Amino acid sequence: MRSQRVWEKQAEMAATVTSTERVIDAGIGGGPRSRGGNGFHKNGGGHSGDDGAPFRYSPARYRIGAWVAIASIVMLFTALASAYIVRSASGNDWRPIVMPKVLWLSTALILISSVTMEISRRSLKQQSDQGYGRWLMLTVVLGLGFLGSQIIAWRQLIRQGVYMSSNPHSSFFYLFTAAHGLHLLGGILALTYLLLRTTQRRETVEGELRRVGAADAATIYWHFMDGLWICLFLLLFFWK
Amino acid sequence: MAEATHEVVHRHEPPKSFIRKYIFSLDHKVIGIQYILLALSAVLVGMIMSVLMRLRLSWPDHQWTTLAKIFPTGFAGGVMQPEFYLSLVTMHGTIMVFFVLTTAPQGGFGNYFLPIQIGAEDMAFPFLNMMSFWVTFVGFVVLLSAIFASGGATVGSIGGWTQYAPLSALGEIAGPGQGMGVTLWVISIAIFCMGSLLGALNFITTLLNMRTRGMSLMRMPLTCWAWFTTAVLALLSFPVLLGGGILLLLDRLAGTSFFIPANEYLGVLAGSDPRLPYHAGGSPLLWQHLFWFFGHPEVYIAILPGMGATSHILSTFARKPVFGYRAMVFAIFAIGMLGFFVWGHHMFISGMSPYSAIAFSILTLSIGVPSAIKTFNWIGTLWGARIRFTTPMLFAIGFVSVFVAGGITGLVLGQTSLDFFFHDTYFVTAHFHLVMGVASIFGMFAATYFWFPKMFGRMMHEGLGKIHFWITFVGVYAIFVPFHAMGLLGMPRRYAQFTEYEFLKNAPPLVMFVTIAAIVTVSVQVVFYFNLFWSMFKGKKAGDNPWEATTLEWTTATPPPHDNFAGHEPVVYRGPYEFSVPGAPKDYTMQTEPEEVEVAAGLGETSGNGGDGHKH
Repeated sequence: MRSQRVWEKQAEMAATVTSTERVIDAGIGGGPRSRGGNGFHKNGGGHSGDDGAPFRYSPARYRIGAWVAIASIVMLFTALASAYIVRSASGNDWRPIVMPKVLWLSTALILISSVTMEISRRSLKQQSDQGYGRWLMLTVVLGLGFLGSQIIAWRQLIRQGVYMSSNPHSSFFYLFTAAHGLHLLGGILALTYLLLRTTQRRETVEGELRRVGAADAATIYWHFMDGLWICLFLLLFFWK
Repeated sequence: MAEATHEVVHRHEPPKSFIRKYIFSLDHKVIGIQYILLALSAVLVGMIMSVLMRLRLSWPDHQWTTLAKIFPTGFAGGVMQPEFYLSLVTMHGTIMVFFVLTTAPQGGFGNYFLPIQIGAEDMAFPFLNMMSFWVTFVGFVVLLSAIFASGGATVGSIGGWTQYAPLSALGEIAGPGQGMGVTLWVISIAIFCMGSLLGALNFITTLLNMRTRGMSLMRMPLTCWAWFTTAVLALLSFPVLLGGGILLLLDRLAGTSFFIPANEYLGVLAGSDPRLPYHAGGSPLLWQHLFWFFGHPEVYIAILPGMGATSHILSTFARKPVFGYRAMVFAIFAIGMLGFFVWGHHMFISGMSPYSAIAFSILTLSIGVPSAIKTFNWIGTLWGARIRFTTPMLFAIGFVSVFVAGGITGLVLGQTSLDFFFHDTYFVTAHFHLVMGVASIFGMFAATYFWFPKMFGRMMHEGLGKIHFWITFVGVYAIFVPFHAMGLLGMPRRYAQFTEYEFLKNAPPLVMFVTIAAIVTVSVQVVFYFNLFWSMFKGKKAGDNPWEATTLEWTTATPPPHDNFAGHEPVVYRGPYEFSVPGAPKDYTMQTEPEEVEVAAGLGETSGNGGDGHKH
């Protein structure tokens, strides 16, 4: 009985984004803290006394990994966006392209996909494998729809004779959409991987924690991709 | 379901096949050694290039018969052409900065020892760790292929390791080596960025998530703090270089104009030369900003692990705790974070606004504060100690020496008015070689001699190590102190020949002295290589803790088993540098030693009853 509760508690902690504080505490915190390094006395306390226990497994690593990866992707796009702003102010060859209308569709698709992803994650949290798989599948489809819609936008521009090298704004448009698309493709691959493993029964608690952690990380990443697209969309067509 | 199941022993069985064990290994220790081997190969190439440069500077008219066969245009008439010299400068810098100073300290020793020192069984994402090495390896192969991509005229591009636009953005038309040479350079660096990012992701997650019981942040060895800060720097700076690299590649291949400037003069050229596409309005300064936003943190990526190793080793052989552990942690972080706000000091003469130059200058000089804290604490650690002068200790002391010698000129160059004179002279070359190149290499030598027994179960030869140390130590000063003098004379860096300048007519003896010192110093590295490989098989057998050190890597077997601690998580009870604690039975107390003394004295609540420490 008790093990069941422990299991549920861990799974819940692993699956809840809002409770990061507790989970990260569980993942990061050390055990005994009676004495710090070299004269750093603080926090009285004992130790657990079970020397030589096996290694623990903390699923928080997936969430931490997702946030760390997001930090580096933010830096990549910040670099490109500052290049965009600098370039738009230097030289008189900046000719803003007319926004292909289909980008509104892209934006709608990716916004909806964020919602479905969230529903999927919550289904997993409520231990509904079926709901999890179904909503995950829908998210993948919406993600692919987004990519398709981006490609349609490219083709429309190419038909109008607007290429990568036409002018700096078009260069940045193709660059941003391609870079975002590649990162989103990575997300789609990750979701597909999760999807393929939906039906697989997990045998150990660790396996379950791993699965929940991975789904959590994928959700964080997916929401980030959504937000990133909104920022790029605003920067490309509404930033003056 | 049993209570124990949520703490399942997931002991990894070591892989059996050769390929999974030594080539595509998921084991952080094997990956660490792979990184070190990569750096050892890369540094050979880089060193040979530097010797070739010295030979050209001292004997400009020498006839090179063998090299002339491989690079017929680069050695037209058997004499090394200036373009060939410039490409040597470029490739030497690129190989050393990226594939030596970034791989060995972080990818090599960091990979091997960070998980062990925090008591983890492996990295958080072993597969990404493996990818990180092999991606970096591919980057190196691509860079090497640039040597042969220029039709024998150069060994790659001639633009310097900073690859300033528009020279680097124009393509073939810009001169020898600027075609395929630069394209391969950019691709190689982009690949390298991705490899480093995977590594940084792993380091940060591992350190945050996988510290063992009792390993609170302030109980980590300073090496771990250094690797962690380095990983944060890499995580935030490499994406910027990657972004810049993508833009540069697009300028070269896709006809964009991010960095290619003004129609005024290039437009005229475009009319006269049909190979030049029409470009307008790009900003070459943009490349400099993107590059140096990465480039300055990169300097700290190279040196911080060396600082960590030095603190660790000084404490061990001084048999004293690190002086001011908390201040050291603060200083590491301060240096790392300040490093993000000083990139403009590389661009003082680029025409930037004097006001922003002042801001960059003040921030640059303020890095002197945490650096001085570190130096002060190193000296404080050594003060009054009964020092054991082993080879790793000598190199660690040498690190402090070169770091101070090279760092002090940073205060000179960080001032705009002085930099106007010194910019692009040998003074700058002297500064960054001492502080970034030699200091971090000394840190790595110290780390190699220190950890070799743990990695291979045998000691390195002390006598050979000391010969290696003393000749290298005197040698690097003999090379780089005269560089300062040359810089004061106004000798510009990157020039292949100085014979035509009136104001440098007194320089040749100095140049010759440096060349001889360089040849001697490079030759003595053979002793190091010999010692390294000979000791692997013939060295004296080492026990589990030959240096009587305190941190976790010395508690496990030598060499460590596949999961580092043979299936059992160590428990940490104390700080990392408890040497010569009054009243302790030995002059060192391992981190895993329980605190019986304190418990008996009634300090803190007693436990040891299996309760959770957090409940108190």
